[in-house]
Amino acid sequence: MTRSVLSTQVGQLARRSVLRTLRQPAQIVPALVFPLFLLAVNSGGLKDAANLPGFPTDSYLTFALAVPFMQGALFSVMNAGTDLARDIETGFLNRLALTPLRGAALLSGLLAGAVVLGLAQAGTYLAVGLIAGAELAAGLPGALAIVALSVSITVAFGTLGLFAALRTGSGEAVQSLFPVFFVFLFLSSMALPLDLLQTDWFHAVASANPVSYLLAAFRSLLIEGWDPGALALGFGIAAAIFAIGMFAAATALKTRLVRT
Amino acid sequence: MTGKIALAVAWRSVHNFLNNPAFMVPAIVFPLFFFVAFAGGLSAIADTPGFDFPSGYTAFQFVFVLLQSAAFGGVFTGFGIARDFESGFARRYLLAATDRRGIVAGYALAALVRALVTWTVLTVVALLAGMEVGGSGVDVFGLYGLAVLVNLAAMLWAAGVAMRVRSIQGGPLMQFPTFLILFLAPVYVPLSLLSGWIHAVASVNPVTALLEAGRGFISGEPAAVALAFAIAVALPILFGLWARGGLRRAEAAG
Repeated sequence: MTRSVLSTQVGQLARRSVLRTLRQPAQIVPALVFPLFLLAVNSGGLKDAANLPGFPTDSYLTFALAVPFMQGALFSVMNAGTDLARDIETGFLNRLALTPLRGAALLSGLLAGAVVLGLAQAGTYLAVGLIAGAELAAGLPGALAIVALSVSITVAFGTLGLFAALRTGSGEAVQSLFPVFFVFLFLSSMALPLDLLQTDWFHAVASANPVSYLLAAFRSLLIEGWDPGALALGFGIAAAIFAIGMFAAATALKTRLVRT
Repeated sequence: MTGKIALAVAWRSVHNFLNNPAFMVPAIVFPLFFFVAFAGGLSAIADTPGFDFPSGYTAFQFVFVLLQSAAFGGVFTGFGIARDFESGFARRYLLAATDRRGIVAGYALAALVRALVTWTVLTVVALLAGMEVGGSGVDVFGLYGLAVLVNLAAMLWAAGVAMRVRSIQGGPLMQFPTFLILFLAPVYVPLSLLSGWIHAVASVNPVTALLEAGRGFISGEPAAVALAFAIAVALPILFGLWARGGLRRAEAAG
C-alpha cells in the first residue's frame, strides 16, 4: 500500500471524525462549559488558598486555570470512545473491515475529531481565563505552548477512549469510565501544589499521579515563565500515554476484527 | 392501599439497587471519593487566615459530602424512574396502582434506603479517618434529619423531570441544576471567607443555610437552624407539587 493511499484513508476518516464532532453540540458544549463552570466556582471558593505560605502565585485563578485543560482532555476520552463505540454498535466498523483500510489509518483518522475539539477547548479556556484576570508569565509563545500541550494531552487521552470502545464495544461502558478518569484528576495536585498537600497518603498518591505533572507543565507556563524540565515532563507523559493508548487500541482493534 | 403500593415499588427499586453493582458501587464510591479528595487534598485550607471551624476540615467537608450524597441519591432514583418509563415498566405501575401517589412515595422510600446505605459507609470512613464530632446526639440527629429532607427534595425534583421527559435522556436535566446549586454554596470555606460574585450567589443560595446549619450541628455550635429547617421542609413541598404535576403528565401520556 502506498503512502498516498494511507494518507487518503486517514484524510477521509479524519474528515468524517471532524464533521461528526462539529455536528454534535451535545459533545462540544459540555466539554467547553463544564470545565469553565468548575473553574469559576473553584477559583472563587478557593481564592484564599493563595494566601497560604508557599503558594506559588497570588492569583488562585492563574493556578486553577491549568485544570480545565485536563478536564477537557477527559471529555476527549468520552467523545472519541463514544463515537467509535457507536460505529461498532451500528456495524459501521464491520463494513470498514471489509475494505482494505489499515488499522493505523482508522485509529489516526478517528482522533482528528479530538484534535479539533482540543484546539477549540484550549483556545476557549485560555481566552476566558485571561479575560477573567489570570496571568500568563510565558507570554504569547507560552500561549502557543499551552495550546500545543493541551492538544497533545487531548489526543493522548483520546487513544484511551478508543481502546475502551474497542475493548467493550459499548458506548454506555465508555461513558461509565468517565468517573474512573475523574479520580485521577481529583487525586492530584489539582487544587493545591504538591508541597502544600498536608495529608501524607494524599501527598504520596498525588506525587505518583502523572496528572500532577501534566498540571505542573501548564502551571509552569502560566506562573513561572519557561521551565524546560516541567514542559519536557508534561510533553513526555503525554507522549507516553499516547504510545500506550495507541498500542492498546491497535491490539484491541485486531482482536475485535478477528471476532467479527 | 397507598402504603402497600409504595412498599412494593420501593422493594423493587431497593432490590435493583442492592443487586446491581453498576448502581450500588458508584452510589457508595462517589461520595467517598469526593470526601477523600476534598478532606484529604484540601486540608491545608484550614490554615488560611480567618478559617476557624472547631471540628477541623474533615468534619467541615463531611457535611458537604453528606448533603451532596443525599441530593444525588435522590437524583439517581430519578434516573431509575426515567429508565422504568423508557422500558415501559412504569406504565404497568400506572395500570396496576389504585392510588398512583403511592408510586412516587415508593420511589421516595427507595431513595432514602439508598441514601442510608451510602451514609452508613461514608460516616464509618469519616470516623476512621479521624473526623471530630463536637455536637451532641441531638445535633447529629439534626444533621441527618436535614440530609433526609434534602434527599426527599432532590428525589421529588428528579421524579418531576423523569415523569415529564420519560426517558433517561432527561438525566442531565435532573443532574445539572442539582450540581450547580450545590457547588454555588460555600463548599470549601465558610461564607464569610468568600468574596466577589461567588459570595453574592452563595449568600442567596438556599443550600448555604443547609450547609451552615449542618456544619453547626457537627461542631456542636448550632447556627441558622430554624432557617435551614424551614428551607428543608419547604423544598419537598415545592418539589412535591412539581412531582405531582409530572405524575399527571405521565398519566395523560398513558
